Amino acid sequence: MTTTTLGSTTGTPSSAPTGARLGRTARSRLTDTIVWIVLAAGAVFMIAPLVWMLSTSLKTKLEVFALPPVWIPEVPQWDTYVRMWTDSYVLDGITNSLIVSLSVTVIGTFTCSLAAFALAKMRMPFKNAIFIGLLTGIMIPFPTIMIPQFVMFSKIGWVDTLWPLIVPAIFGNIVMIFFLRQYLSSVPDSLVEAAKIDGASYWQIFWRMIMPIIRPAVAAQFILWFMAVWNDYLAPILYLNTPERQTLQVVIANMNVQYATQRDYPLIMAASVVAVLPILVVFLVFQRQIIESVALTGTKG
Amino acid sequence: MTSTATPATADTRPPAPDPAPAPPRRGGTSRLHRTEKRWALLFVAAPVLGYLLFILYPTGFALYASLTRWNGLGPMQFIGLDNYVALLGDERFRQTLFNTFFYMIGIPIGLAISLALAVMMNRKIFGRAAFRAIYYVPVISSIAAIAILWQWAYNGDFGLVNQFLAIFGIEGPNWLADPAWAKPAIIMMAVWKGLGYSMLLYLAAIQSVPRSLYEAAELDGAGGWQKFRSITLPMVQPVTFFLIVTQVIGGAMIFIEIQIMTPTGGPEYSTASVVYHIWLQAFRYQQMGYATAMSVVLGLLILVITLIQFRLNRRNAGFVVD
Repeated sequence: MTTTTLGSTTGTPSSAPTGARLGRTARSRLTDTIVWIVLAAGAVFMIAPLVWMLSTSLKTKLEVFALPPVWIPEVPQWDTYVRMWTDSYVLDGITNSLIVSLSVTVIGTFTCSLAAFALAKMRMPFKNAIFIGLLTGIMIPFPTIMIPQFVMFSKIGWVDTLWPLIVPAIFGNIVMIFFLRQYLSSVPDSLVEAAKIDGASYWQIFWRMIMPIIRPAVAAQFILWFMAVWNDYLAPILYLNTPERQTLQVVIANMNVQYATQRDYPLIMAASVVAVLPILVVFLVFQRQIIESVALTGTKG
Repeated sequence: MTSTATPATADTRPPAPDPAPAPPRRGGTSRLHRTEKRWALLFVAAPVLGYLLFILYPTGFALYASLTRWNGLGPMQFIGLDNYVALLGDERFRQTLFNTFFYMIGIPIGLAISLALAVMMNRKIFGRAAFRAIYYVPVISSIAAIAILWQWAYNGDFGLVNQFLAIFGIEGPNWLADPAWAKPAIIMMAVWKGLGYSMLLYLAAIQSVPRSLYEAAELDGAGGWQKFRSITLPMVQPVTFFLIVTQVIGGAMIFIEIQIMTPTGGPEYSTASVVYHIWLQAFRYQQMGYATAMSVVLGLLILVITLIQFRLNRRNAGFVVD
C-alpha cells in the first residue's frame, strides 16, 4: 500500500529513491482525499442547522411537524416574511440595532483611535500608568458592574431608552485601543516628529497622518466591534422593555417566547434568519479582513 | 518608552522664555512639551473618563452594595458580610456554580476538535477557503438567533437533532427538558458555535511555524504523529493558552444561551448559570444587594482563575523551552 503502488506519477526531480518518493505523494493524495471528506462532513454539520433555520422559515406550519422531515418546502411560504414584517417588531428592532451599533462603532472608533495615538506616539505624564489602568478594565466582567450601571442609568431616567447601550461604549473600547496602539508601535516615531517640526498641529497629525496609516487596523476592528454590538443581548434585555424600543436580538428572543406557544415556528425562524443575515452579508463581503484580524488577535493577544 | 533623543535636544535649544515658574525643572520641559502633554491628555480623556464612570465607579459601588440589603429603589441597609455568609449556604447558588463549571467541559473538547480541523485545513486541499468560511459562519451569527434555532433543533419530537439520531435508530431524549441531557445539549451547541473561531486561530499559528522545523524532523525520520506531538503542539501552545483563558472567562459568564433556551433555568434548575441566577435575583426578584454579592464573587473567581492560568502557563512555558 505504502511504497511502490502508483508508479505512474513521475516528475520528482530529487535524489530520493523514486519508489519511496512516489509512495509518499500517492499516500499524501490519499490523505488529502480522506481529509477532504472529513472536512466536508464537518462542514455539513456546521451549516445544516442554519440551512434548517432557513428551510423552516419557508415551511407551512404543517410541514414543520412533518415526519420524516421536509428539507425543501413544497411551496415556499414567502408570506411568512411579509407577516413578520407587518405583524411583529422586527423592523423596529432592525432600526434600533442599527442606531446602537452604528453610533457606538463610529464614535467609539474615533475616540479609540485618538487615545491609541496619544498612548503610542505622544509624551504624556503617567502614560504607562494610564494605559495599564485602562487595561485593568478588561479584568472586570460586565455581570459584576451591570447592577450598579443599571441603577446609575435608572436614576437619570434612561431605562427603556437606547442611551445606556450607546453612552458607555462611545467612551472607547479598551481592546480596540490596545490593538491600535500595538499597530502604531510599528510606525516610526521620526514620522511624527518630522510632522511636528513642519508645524503640524497634533490634531492635523492625527487626522492627516495617523488615521490613514491605521485605517486597515481600524477597519478590521470596526467590523468586529459592529458585529459584537449587533449581536449583544445581555445589556439590551436589562434596559429595554417597550417592544418598539428593543434591539433586534431582544425582539426575536421575545418572539420566540410569544410564538412558540402558538407553534408558529416558521415565523420565529424567519425572524432568526433576519437577525443573522445582515451580519452574514458583512462577513461574506469583508471575509478576508475579518479572518485576518481575528487570526491576528490570537497571535498578538 | 517611545521618545527618541531628537525632540528633546531640539526643544532645549531655544531657552524657553517661559513665564510660568516650572518648579522641579525636569529634562526638557518646554512650552512645546507642555502643549503636547495637554493635547495627549485631551486625546485620552474620553477612555479615561469612561473607565472612571462606567467601570471603576460601578465596581466600587458593587463592592459596597454587596454589603447591603437593598431592592434597588429604597435605601440601602448596611448588613456587613451577611450576604456573603448567606451565599455559603445557598443551594441554588452552589448549583449554578456547579452548572457553570460543568459547561467548561466543552472547552477542551472544542479545542481538540478545532486543532484537528486546523491541522487538516493546513493541507492544500480543494475548497479550503470555502471550508474555512463555512466553519466560521456560526461564530459570526447572533447568539440569540443560534440559541433559538438550537432550542427548536433539540425539540424531542420534531427537532433536527433527534431526527438525525433516528437515522441510526437512536431515540434521542427530549434534550432541554431532561435534567440529565440539558447541560450536554448546551455544551454541544456551544462547541459547535465556537469551533470556527478556535480553528482559525490555530490555523494561523500552524501556518506561522517555520517549515524548516518540519523538514528537519522529516530528515530525522519523524512520522506525522511525532511531528504533531513535538512541533505543532508546542508551537501552537500560546494560542491554546489564549483560547483557554478567554473561553474560561467567557464560559464563566455564560448567560444568553441559558436564558433563551431554558427560560426557567431548565428542569430542576439544571441549566441555570451563575449570571442567569444573578440576573434573575436582581431583575426579577429585586434582590439587588444579594445579587451584587454574587456578582462580586463571580468577578473574584474569574480573576483568581485567570491568575492561576497565567501562573501555570509560565511554568509550562519553562518546560517547553528546555
